[in-house]
Amino acid sequence: MQIYLPIAEVSVNAFLLLGLGGLVGVLSGMFGVGGGFLMTPLLFFIGIPPAVAVATEANQIVASSFSGVLAHLKRKTVDIKMGVVLQIGGLIGAALGIQLFNYLKAIGQVDLLVKLSYVIFLGIVGGLMFIESVRAMRKSSKGVVPTRRKHTWVHNLPFKMKFRASGLYISAIPPILVGVLVGVLAAIMGVGGGFIMVPAMIYILGMPTKVVVGTSLFQIIITTAFTTMMHATTNYTVDVALAVLLLVGGVIGAQIGTRIGVKMKAEQLRVLLAMMVLAVCIKLGLDLLLMPSELYTLGSGGH
Amino acid sequence: MKQLLTLLAAILAVTLPARAQDESIVAGLSQNVVSINATFVGSEILIFGAVKRETPAPDDELGVAVVVEGPSQQITVRRKAKRMGIWVNTDAVEVQRAPSFYAISTSAPFDEIIGEDIDRAMHISIPESIRIFYSEEVDDPENFAEAVIRIRSNAGLYKIDEGAVNISEDTLFDTRIQLPANLTEGVYKTRIFLTRDGEIVANHIADIDVRKVGLERWLYNLAHEQALIYGLMSLAIAIAAGWGASAIFRLILRS
Repeated sequence: MQIYLPIAEVSVNAFLLLGLGGLVGVLSGMFGVGGGFLMTPLLFFIGIPPAVAVATEANQIVASSFSGVLAHLKRKTVDIKMGVVLQIGGLIGAALGIQLFNYLKAIGQVDLLVKLSYVIFLGIVGGLMFIESVRAMRKSSKGVVPTRRKHTWVHNLPFKMKFRASGLYISAIPPILVGVLVGVLAAIMGVGGGFIMVPAMIYILGMPTKVVVGTSLFQIIITTAFTTMMHATTNYTVDVALAVLLLVGGVIGAQIGTRIGVKMKAEQLRVLLAMMVLAVCIKLGLDLLLMPSELYTLGSGGH
Repeated sequence: MKQLLTLLAAILAVTLPARAQDESIVAGLSQNVVSINATFVGSEILIFGAVKRETPAPDDELGVAVVVEGPSQQITVRRKAKRMGIWVNTDAVEVQRAPSFYAISTSAPFDEIIGEDIDRAMHISIPESIRIFYSEEVDDPENFAEAVIRIRSNAGLYKIDEGAVNISEDTLFDTRIQLPANLTEGVYKTRIFLTRDGEIVANHIADIDVRKVGLERWLYNLAHEQALIYGLMSLAIAIAAGWGASAIFRLILRS
């Protein structure tokens, strides 16, 4: 069934959109990532204009994360206090990121920098997670309990706060810094930032994996809602019809994904997420390295 | 706009060769409004007409060319080149105007019915429809114009169909133009040229109005005129659907 999207101004198959939404929704529920880093390139691929894809994706992530958070709240696997602290950093970061984005746009080459930051961050995050979780799986198969509570610089900073749901007593500074970093990247790369948030929570803050997923989703909702409003009021590129189709598939997918995630071991989840992040990284990296079949691109004119 | 077109037609009538007055076009379109609704999958327009003449038909072969042209846009064309091992955008050319859609149907091979000079003066062929800023930074702006044509032709937005106009008894003609689903809103100018021996003997201009209707229209207007409300509405719909779908899913699982 073909449907004409009013803002994107293209006609696409409604079932294709439902399917894409569902697929990304499953991943979103399993790993607590918004899935924007997968969905946005997929939307480009089916012919949605990039500006519309990025803006609409933000709107869709709000919905798919919302149902994910509901599922996590029920099982009390959301550290709301940590989420709020991260969010304070996140909004500061998003505001900074938009400034940076506009500056890069003014000097040109914004596309390249977006792609390069994708490749670099996905590469680092995916690589580190993969090595670490493979090591953790080996250890647990040998029967050695992994030691998580190490005292690092993170634990020696002032403004200590108690995060009961995470079982942490740490300074508020690292979570705010993590939030700022994710906010900046989210604004530049046009995604929720979950794929950076999740490993940062595990490896920098030392939060338990089960709490990480729910808390990350909680933070993503606010960041993406903010991004959606920014795009809707400045670029008029949020396509609500596209968003609704993606999210109907996405919400159901997220529910399934959350249930799969609960049944899997934390190390297995991390290996899978790492492999997915690396796959996207390699795909984007090859796009930069290999000669494109079409050297020319068309963009809307007028500065 | 209409006044301008009549003015243009009047100027043409004066400047065209004397025999131009001998033949004229009476033409019609199967529809002059294309409505884009939620299930729009493209449209086919039948363009038909007859040659009206006061004197007997000349001996030269009659040629008919029909051109449908979508609203023009200014676009930036960028070219990638390898720099330090990766492919990056290097040169850019501003294309002053390029039609969003351009379809030509002719009764015979294009070169046979329209001469080169006429094409340049009337902007009929696809390359003639694109106007480019000659930038000093780029040595080969023509390659950028070619890229616009290549990319849009591959997307089905620019096309030339030689031989698609049927002529019967040297008087009646008709052709069908397929409008794709990814249409831009606006006025689509339809031009019909009657030629003999590569010269235009008569022409006719009609407009096709392509516009969104119903829900599509409402959403588009809201998004542009009440952006804040539209943004909040999009979020509300998204969250409501999030709630709704997860509630329904739970109900299904429980039963």
